[in-house]
Amino acid sequence: MWDYTDKVKEAFLRPKNVGEIKNADAIGEVGSIVCGDALKLYLRIDRETETILDARFQTFGCASAIASSSALTELIKGKTLDEALSVTNQDIADFLGGLPAQKMHCSVMGREALEAAIANYRGAPLLKTGTERVVCKCFDVTEDKIRRVAMENHLKTVDEITNFTKAGGGCGECKSEIEKILLSIVIQESR
Amino acid sequence: MTTIYLDNNATTRTAPEVVEAMTPYLTELYGNPSSMHTFGGQVRKKIEDALEQIAALINAEPEEILFTSCGTESDNTALMSAVETFPQKKHLITTRVEHPAVLNFCHYLGRKGFRTTYLPVNALGQIDPVVLDNEADADTVIVSIMSANNETGVIFPVGTVAPRLHERGILFHTDAVQAAGKIPLDVRKIPIDMLSISGHKLHAPKGVGALYVRKGTRFHPYMIGGHQEHSRRAGTENVASIIGLGKAAELARANLTEEIAYLGRLRDRLEQGLLSSCPHARVNGDTANRLPNTTNISFEYIEGEAILLRLNEYGICASSGSACTSGSLEPSHVLRAMGVPYTAVHGSIRFSLSRYNSDRDIDTVLEVMPSIIRDLRELSPFGRDKRVSSGGQTNE
Ligand code: FES
Repeated sequence: MWDYTDKVKEAFLRPKNVGEIKNADAIGEVGSIVCGDALKLYLRIDRETETILDARFQTFGCASAIASSSALTELIKGKTLDEALSVTNQDIADFLGGLPAQKMHCSVMGREALEAAIANYRGAPLLKTGTERVVCKCFDVTEDKIRRVAMENHLKTVDEITNFTKAGGGCGECKSEIEKILLSIVIQESR
Repeated sequence: MTTIYLDNNATTRTAPEVVEAMTPYLTELYGNPSSMHTFGGQVRKKIEDALEQIAALINAEPEEILFTSCGTESDNTALMSAVETFPQKKHLITTRVEHPAVLNFCHYLGRKGFRTTYLPVNALGQIDPVVLDNEADADTVIVSIMSANNETGVIFPVGTVAPRLHERGILFHTDAVQAAGKIPLDVRKIPIDMLSISGHKLHAPKGVGALYVRKGTRFHPYMIGGHQEHSRRAGTENVASIIGLGKAAELARANLTEEIAYLGRLRDRLEQGLLSSCPHARVNGDTANRLPNTTNISFEYIEGEAILLRLNEYGICASSGSACTSGSLEPSHVLRAMGVPYTAVHGSIRFSLSRYNSDRDIDTVLEVMPSIIRDLRELSPFGRDKRVSSGGQTNE
């Protein structure tokens, strides 16, 4: 059994801000039923001040996915879009008193849904363009995402990448590719 | 809060009668059964009784039984013995839905240069004996097919496949860890060469198992050391647990017919009740050939770990084939091999009953489950009247 904090349990058993917003100003959708978790985030936004007036969610996933979604909505309500964009996946995990290492991808999913919603509001395309290179076929994870999550969270090993993005957690065929990406980041950073 | 334990395919309560039988051998009767004095000798006698009790459960002879530390050791021993004693043969056959104790050992042998065939299963989780006939050849050393699946409870046609393999001189092993004590097993009627049993699945303690090896079957030990168990398994016997396993086997055998009827009735009540009160629920596996104590139900559009943790709030213990509970990121290999759609695979819940369950336990589950399912469906972006993401399949 997972070692969830009391805050995770509370946010899972009694999540805040559940449901849809009719005629939402922005919708961000990430994940899929195939991968085992998915989050749909709805925002109501004050057009003048670009403040998030309301945030609601629907999540398919485990306890920590539901808790992370609830935490996300609590963190961003009342913030301007720019302020909200500075919320990191670590902030979501911290809000919950931490997540088990293997569940960090739930916090990453929250952060991604937020970005998707804001991109949607600002008129950027909601879905991936299809030109990004998919590294992990099992969980549909792109090179961009691996790079970003690795840099933001200072990840050093393939296992960490798997914990944060799921990439590598299926057939394992992409592991050597992930290794290469990690190596290129190290080289970049040491320049 | 009282615990409602419906996870008996994971492990079972040690029967009070078993604990009672074991206790003297954990306290004053601590002799070594291999010793030459009476103090140890009286322990040897009890081990011989246990051999008889286990043998009786599957209609074997006591000399055909050896004790191990668990089901996994029994499975590993059987497969290792086969490849050691027929070194010229380099092919093994098993199924895609075996327990990791067999599956991962076959993967290991595969890496060592053996050819391995994993039989597919159909949507009901059932193998096709004809496919097995075609896959087996002169190079096949052993076929290992479980008697019943731990996740779905599906019972495999061991009685059909074993004689055909026997005729062709191919060894047959069955992992009967889930079947032993739950359904009749008879190694005299069915030519099974090796059969694995685990103590803690039938109300004996954890840390003890047994392996049946048919008389005359070539054997090579897995544990190498002293001369215990006629040199077939080295290491000082886990005396108290062995005695406990004997007692558990005796209890199971004595009550088998009544328990099959009792557990079948409770399980069917639970299953029918859940199917009629929870929409978009489906049973996984061949219900016509199934252990009486097991039901595996998928609640579509929601995720299993979330269901389990909600059930946990009521003290209800079950398990799930969802990715999130397995410690891996992939859902159950058994359900995937059956082709259960993704809308359903993540939300699978297994309830497995034992003689210690009552109608009241079932009442409680039937009472709380509909609102748990409704709640989580409310939370889910998928499902009826809701858009289903492009990657998903609907199965209404
Ligand atoms: S491709 Fe990444 S785990 Fe399979």
